[in-house]
Amino acid sequence: MPVESIFHRLEALLPKVQKPIQYVGGELNSTVKDWDSADVRWALMYPDAYEVGLPNQGVAILYEILNELPGTLAERTYAVWPDLEALMRAEGVPQFTVDAHRPVRAFDVLGVSFSTELGYTNMLTALDLAGIPLTAADRGDDDPIVLAGGHAAFNPEPIADFLDAAVLGDGEQIAIAISEVVREWKAEGRPGGRDELLMRLAESGGVYVPKFYDVDYHPDGRIKRVAPNRTDVPWRVHKHTVMDLDEWPYPKKPLVPLAETVHERFSVEIFRGCTRGCRFCQAGMITRPVRERSITTIGAMVENGVKESGFNEVGLLSLSSADHSEIGEVAKGLADRYEGTNTSLSLPSTRVDAFNIDLANEFSRNGRRSGLTFAPEGGSERMRKVINKMVTEEDLIRTVTTAYSQGWRQVKLYFMCGLPTEQDEDVLGIADLAKKVIKAGREITGSRDIRCTVSIGGFVPKPHTPFQWAAQADHETVDRRLKALRDSLRGDKQYGKAIGFRYHDGRPSIVEGLLSRGDRRVGAVIRAVWESGGRFDGWSEHFSYERWMAAAEQAGVDVDWYTTREREENEVLPWDHLDAGLDREWLWQDWQEALSGGEVEDCRWTPCYDCGVCPTMGTEIQIGPTGRKLLPLTVV
Amino acid sequence: MQRLRVRYAKRGRLRFTSHRDISRAVERAVRRAGIPVAYSAGFSPHPKISYAGAAPTGVASEAEYLELGVTTPCVPDEVKSGLDRSLPPGLDVLDVVEAGPGGLADRLEVSDWEVRLPGADRELAQVAAEKFLAASTVDVERLTKKGPRRFDAREAVLRLVVSEGTDRTAAQVHGRPCVILRMVVRHMTPAVRPDDVLTGLRLVADFAPPVPPEVTRLAQGPLDASTGALADPLDLDRDTTRGGEAGPAGEHVAG
Repeated sequence: MPVESIFHRLEALLPKVQKPIQYVGGELNSTVKDWDSADVRWALMYPDAYEVGLPNQGVAILYEILNELPGTLAERTYAVWPDLEALMRAEGVPQFTVDAHRPVRAFDVLGVSFSTELGYTNMLTALDLAGIPLTAADRGDDDPIVLAGGHAAFNPEPIADFLDAAVLGDGEQIAIAISEVVREWKAEGRPGGRDELLMRLAESGGVYVPKFYDVDYHPDGRIKRVAPNRTDVPWRVHKHTVMDLDEWPYPKKPLVPLAETVHERFSVEIFRGCTRGCRFCQAGMITRPVRERSITTIGAMVENGVKESGFNEVGLLSLSSADHSEIGEVAKGLADRYEGTNTSLSLPSTRVDAFNIDLANEFSRNGRRSGLTFAPEGGSERMRKVINKMVTEEDLIRTVTTAYSQGWRQVKLYFMCGLPTEQDEDVLGIADLAKKVIKAGREITGSRDIRCTVSIGGFVPKPHTPFQWAAQADHETVDRRLKALRDSLRGDKQYGKAIGFRYHDGRPSIVEGLLSRGDRRVGAVIRAVWESGGRFDGWSEHFSYERWMAAAEQAGVDVDWYTTREREENEVLPWDHLDAGLDREWLWQDWQEALSGGEVEDCRWTPCYDCGVCPTMGTEIQIGPTGRKLLPLTVV
Repeated sequence: MQRLRVRYAKRGRLRFTSHRDISRAVERAVRRAGIPVAYSAGFSPHPKISYAGAAPTGVASEAEYLELGVTTPCVPDEVKSGLDRSLPPGLDVLDVVEAGPGGLADRLEVSDWEVRLPGADRELAQVAAEKFLAASTVDVERLTKKGPRRFDAREAVLRLVVSEGTDRTAAQVHGRPCVILRMVVRHMTPAVRPDDVLTGLRLVADFAPPVPPEVTRLAQGPLDASTGALADPLDLDRDTTRGGEAGPAGEHVAG
C-alpha cells in the first residue's frame, strides 16, 4: 500500500516558520526510493535540529548503507523547532521524513542516534508527533520498532521505557543484520507479532531489548540485579565493532544541504577508537580498539567526497587525529594535492606537542594561521595525572610558544572543571598556566599581539569509564571555582586582556549527569520534563534546570543520589549488563590508580594494558604504517 | 576575466531557500561542475559570484540572475549544462550568456509576479484590485530588520490583473481552484513586494486570502516604455557578444 507524502500539508505551514528550508529535503545526494520497492523501511532520526543533525556522520553512513541494500529504504527525520511543532499539532501534521515526507509511523524501524543524552526529550516529541505511543509497552504491531544507537545508547536505561531496542557500537553491520531479521519476519507474515520480532533480535545477543530484562532494587535504592525475564535472551548484550574501515568507505555520496549547518565540510573518519586512556573520556573507552583507515582509502575518500559534494573544506575526523600512524604523510599528501585550489583542510586534534603544530602548519600552507587548539584538560600537573592526560607544564608551554613563534596568533586551551579529587587550586592553576603561556609567547615573539582563550567544560562522569564510580561535583562547587578562576584571569593587569575565558554554569552538567548514569527510574523525570514543555535541552536558550529539578521532585527521584554520590566497587551499575568490552576489574583498578596518581601508557604504541576489549570482543588494534602514499593526484 | 550572466529558476520546494542558502549551493555547484571561477584576493578568498535582486525566501522564481567571473574563457552553453547538472533539482539554470557592456542590475527595472491565492474569492479580489489601482497612494507597513517601516505600495504597481486558475503546489495533478493576481511592479527603494501589495488590498478593501499566497516571479527586466512590455535583460548581452563586440575583459563593473 503506497504511503502518501504529507508535503502538501506541511507546505502550507512553512511560510510561517523560521528557516523553512530545513524541512524540505532535496539535498544533493539524498535518496528517495519507491516505497513499494522496499520491504524493510527505516526512518533514521538525529534528535536535534536539522542544522546539527544533518552533518552527523553516524546517520549519514547508515542512510547510505541501508539505501544501497536491495529491498531496503532509509529516510531521515530531525527534531522540528517549537514554532513548527505548534503548527503541526494545530493542523494534525505528523512527524515526517525530509526525503519523501512520509509519516514516520509508516516505517518498520525508527532508528534514533544519540550522541548525547540531551536529545531524549526531542525523541519524545518526535514519537508523539508521529502518533507512536511514548511507552514501548503501549505500542502495537503497526508501530515502528524504536531503536536507539550512538554513544548514549551504551546506557539506554533512562529511556528504556520508551525504546523497543538499543544497539551498542558501530552500526554498519548490525543495521544490515537487523534489516534481514525484519525482512524475514515480514516475509513469514509477521508471526507472533511485535514480540516475536523483538525476541528474534534479542536472541542474537547483538540487540538489547529492555523489556526482556527485569531490574530489581535493594531497599536503599541501589540495583540488586538485572536479569533476563525470558529464556533464550542473553545475560549480557555486546557492542559491535567494524574491524576493517577500508571495507566501509562511507560516506561515498555526502549529503550536501541547502540550509546552513554547523559543519560545512566533507568529513572522513581516519580512524575509530582511541587508546590514550584519558579516564574521563567515554568515547575513548567504548570505541576500542583503534582501527585505522589506510592512507590510500583516506586519499580516495577525500578525492571522491570533494568531487561529489563541492565542499571547500575537508575534515579528518577521529578522537585524536594526530595519532594516525601515517598522519604526516596524509597531511602532506592532501596539502600538496589541494594547494592553490581554495580547498582547506582541518584536523580537529587536541594533542599537546610540537608534532601537532607541524601538522597544523601543513594544513594552513596558504591560509591564515589564526587559531590552534590544545586540550590539557586539567589545570594542574596533579589533576592531569588523575585523568591520565600525560602532559607536563613544560611540554605545554613549549608547545604553545612554538605555535606563537610560527605565526599562530591565537591559541585555545580546553580544560574541565569538576574532575574527581579536584581542589580549588587545581582550577586556579588554569589561570597560572594561561598567564605563563602569554608571558612566554610575548617573550618569544616580541609582540603583544597574541591571545589565549581558556575554554572550560563541566566534567560529567560517564558509564564504561574508570570514573563511572566517581562522585560528580555539585554545581555550586563548580560555579564557585569558575568564578574564582574568572576573577583571577580578569583581575590580572599584565596578562588579563590577552586571555579570553569561556565557560558555562555548572547546572546543565548535573542534568547530563543524571541522564548519563541514570537507571530506569529516571525515565519518569524525562517524561515529566517533556510533558511540561521540555525541548532541545542541548540549547541553552531552551534548557531549563528548574524544569528538570521540578520534574525530578514530582517523580520522586533524588538527583544528588544519581550525580554527586560515589559508588562502591560492588554496586550493580545500571549498564553492567551492557558489554562495551571493557573489563570491569580493569576499570576499577584504573579508578584506584587515578586516585593514587598512577598513569597508563597508550597501547597503540606500548604493550597491552589489559582493558579487556580485544580478548572479549575478538578484536585487535589495526594500525599502519602501510608505507604507501596517497593516490596520485588526479587533475580536476 | 570573462564574465558570465546566468538566469536561473527556484522552483517548488526549493522556493524556501534563502538568498544565503542559494549562494552556498551555487558556490558548491560551481566547484562540482569544474567551472574555473575567479576568486578574490586576500586571506579568505571568495568566488566572484554576484547576485542581482534575489527573490525573498518562500517566493518561487523563473527569473533570478547572477554574474560569474571565470579565469579562463568558457562556452556559455557548457556552463549552462554543467551548472544545471550540479545544482539540486529545483534550482535550474535557464540561460547563460557572456556579459556585454553595462551593469546587469541596472536593467532589472521591473518584475512580473504571479500570486496564487488558494480558496480566495474572485469577486472580492477583483473589487480590491480596482480599488487599489484607483487610489493614488496606499500606505502599507512592513516589519523590517530595523523595525516597522511605512511606505507607499501603490506607485510601484504598473499593472494588476485578476484571473482564475488552480493551485499547483497542493498536488501537481489535481489542483484546487484559486485566484491568480498578476502584477508588474517597478523596483524602487524601499522595494515593494507582492506581499506589500496584498497588504494594500487588505487595507483598501479588506481583502484577505485564507491561506498563505504562493508567489512566483515570472520575469524581471527592463521596461519597454512604448509597449509597456518586459524585455529579456540578457538580450543586450546577446546582441553585443553575437556581433563579436564584447568589451575587453575586466572593463565593466558589475551593478
